[in-house]
Amino acid sequence: MSDQNTGAQASPEGGGEPIPVMQRILDNPFLLVFLGVTIPSVFYILWGVMEVLAIPNAP
Amino acid sequence: MTTALFRTCPDTGFKIDLKVDKLIKWNAVTAIVFLMVGGVFGLGVAMTRWPAVHLLPADWFYLALTAHGVDVLLVWLIFFEMALLYFCSAILLNSRLAAPKVAWVQYGMMLVGALITNVAILQGDSSVMFTSYVPMKAAPAFYLGIILFAVGALMGCFVFLGTLYIAKKEKTYEGSIPLVTFGALTACIIAIFTIGAGAVILIPTLLWSMDFINYIDPLIYKVIWWALGHASQQVNVAAHISVWYAIAAILFGAKPLSEKVSRTAFFLYILFLQLASAHHLLVDPGLSSEYKIFNTSYALYLAVLASMIHGLTVPGAIEAAQRKKGYNKGLFEWLRKAPWGNPVFSGMFLSLNMFGFLGGISGVMMGTEQLNIIIHNTIYVPGHFHGTVVVGTTLAFMAFSYWLVPTLWQRELVFPKLAKWQPYLFGLGMGMVSVLMMGAGTLGVPRRLWDMSYSDAAMPYEFPAAAFLMMGLNGVFALVAGVGAIIFIVQMVGTVMWGKKKVPAAAAPETAAAPAAPARTPEASAVSSYGSAGTMEVPGTFVLALIFLVTFMLYYFVNWKYLSSVWGLS
Repeated sequence: MSDQNTGAQASPEGGGEPIPVMQRILDNPFLLVFLGVTIPSVFYILWGVMEVLAIPNAP
Repeated sequence: MTTALFRTCPDTGFKIDLKVDKLIKWNAVTAIVFLMVGGVFGLGVAMTRWPAVHLLPADWFYLALTAHGVDVLLVWLIFFEMALLYFCSAILLNSRLAAPKVAWVQYGMMLVGALITNVAILQGDSSVMFTSYVPMKAAPAFYLGIILFAVGALMGCFVFLGTLYIAKKEKTYEGSIPLVTFGALTACIIAIFTIGAGAVILIPTLLWSMDFINYIDPLIYKVIWWALGHASQQVNVAAHISVWYAIAAILFGAKPLSEKVSRTAFFLYILFLQLASAHHLLVDPGLSSEYKIFNTSYALYLAVLASMIHGLTVPGAIEAAQRKKGYNKGLFEWLRKAPWGNPVFSGMFLSLNMFGFLGGISGVMMGTEQLNIIIHNTIYVPGHFHGTVVVGTTLAFMAFSYWLVPTLWQRELVFPKLAKWQPYLFGLGMGMVSVLMMGAGTLGVPRRLWDMSYSDAAMPYEFPAAAFLMMGLNGVFALVAGVGAIIFIVQMVGTVMWGKKKVPAAAAPETAAAPAAPARTPEASAVSSYGSAGTMEVPGTFVLALIFLVTFMLYYFVNWKYLSSVWGLS
């Protein structure tokens, strides 16, 4: 199973073939930064803080 | 276009921006200095938790514990990671560094921040430990130093991203970035999340310590702080796995079994690894089981899958490369004929195995909501993270240093024979520390406890004799590992200062606006290019992976059995 130089963007081996969606995602560092910051911010921080804020005050 | 000065490394053929050269050296050396400082405090902690020695008085114990946590968990590792980010971007991509002046600001802010926090701790009124849970209040300088340090690290991350951008724009590489650089990008992304979360919670805490804010909710603090405290350790995981791949390539010319699969595993880290922070909250009331289980089990297991992929593909890549060289006898000739006397390899391979067997398996057990109650806040927890951050990350960074320092400084190691033993002393010593702490924690010994004999407590409690024995042995093996750490520091400092020059005179720097691709050695090409090994025939690695999986399953289910015996509610 070889996937040598599947980076079609600049390599001659890639020729005119379309670049797979997954590879385009993985080749875009700024999209990865967005995903890597947003997902844990929502699922871990925001969800957690909302649950803490929803705890009723002791009477 | 900015002009940069480059030199060509005679060992590897890498073209190195002279500004990057200096930055890597300063960050790496500073990291090692803080490893030494943090290590000394760590020995103080271990000698105090050795019941027969009980070295430090209580106030010094908590001071040392705080300094140990800050200096080794944060300062040593992140300084070294800054060096790695610059190496993986500018050097591996054959590029100049984006904004070297900003990179020096990164270095300055991190250094000043680390010094401020250390001074605050040594003044004695900031013994709040690494977690600094409110309402325990440290001196404002404690928080200020960490904030400065974190902002500096954030600048380093932006310099790294900027370098990726200009390398692509100036076409210094073709196709996709190399896997090692992709792993460093993963570490960088987790670091950005980590530092952002740290700012969200530490800036208000600084204001609270200065009496500008009256109250900070302890549970909200805990939720957000762990996005800093735990996710920063995930930066280490991504970084040391990049180092494993780098070492496999540098020593063996090994390519990953499947570039796509390894890259996807790093992608899973980017999406899910930070969620593991929730395992620190598993026994906290007020947070729902849905929140806890989603974050620690459902989503985290995707990150665990990623770790198991890396654990399979790194030795698999080495096996494939060794078999290509003719080491084909039986299942394990490739492993027997590996360079066990080379600290770069032995350190990396010990790191890989102990990270999986000690840190990885115990982490999954701890991340299970029901099982966590067995060991929560016991010394099992430091046992786990000594299995991840120390024998995993620190040992991997030590191994990489044995290649990086002689290569960058162009000097030979000062004590090469001693270097052969160092990874075994440090790695096996710390591996035993990890096992013994986990053993004592399973018997209920708390973490962060000055006196486990409760000699002056109003309501004493007696732990089993085995717990005392394990804490004593923990001290013995901490000393063994300490000797290993001292040897490493002496090697590195000695090599930089007095190591024999490899070449009579350094190659003259050259000016290049857009450097042409240099002739790299096959090993340097392997680490700096995209591509797979082209084979999946690695039977020895699959056998090792099966041994790991059986161990994993046994340990996991043994803990469920153990839970049933300690949970006397039925």
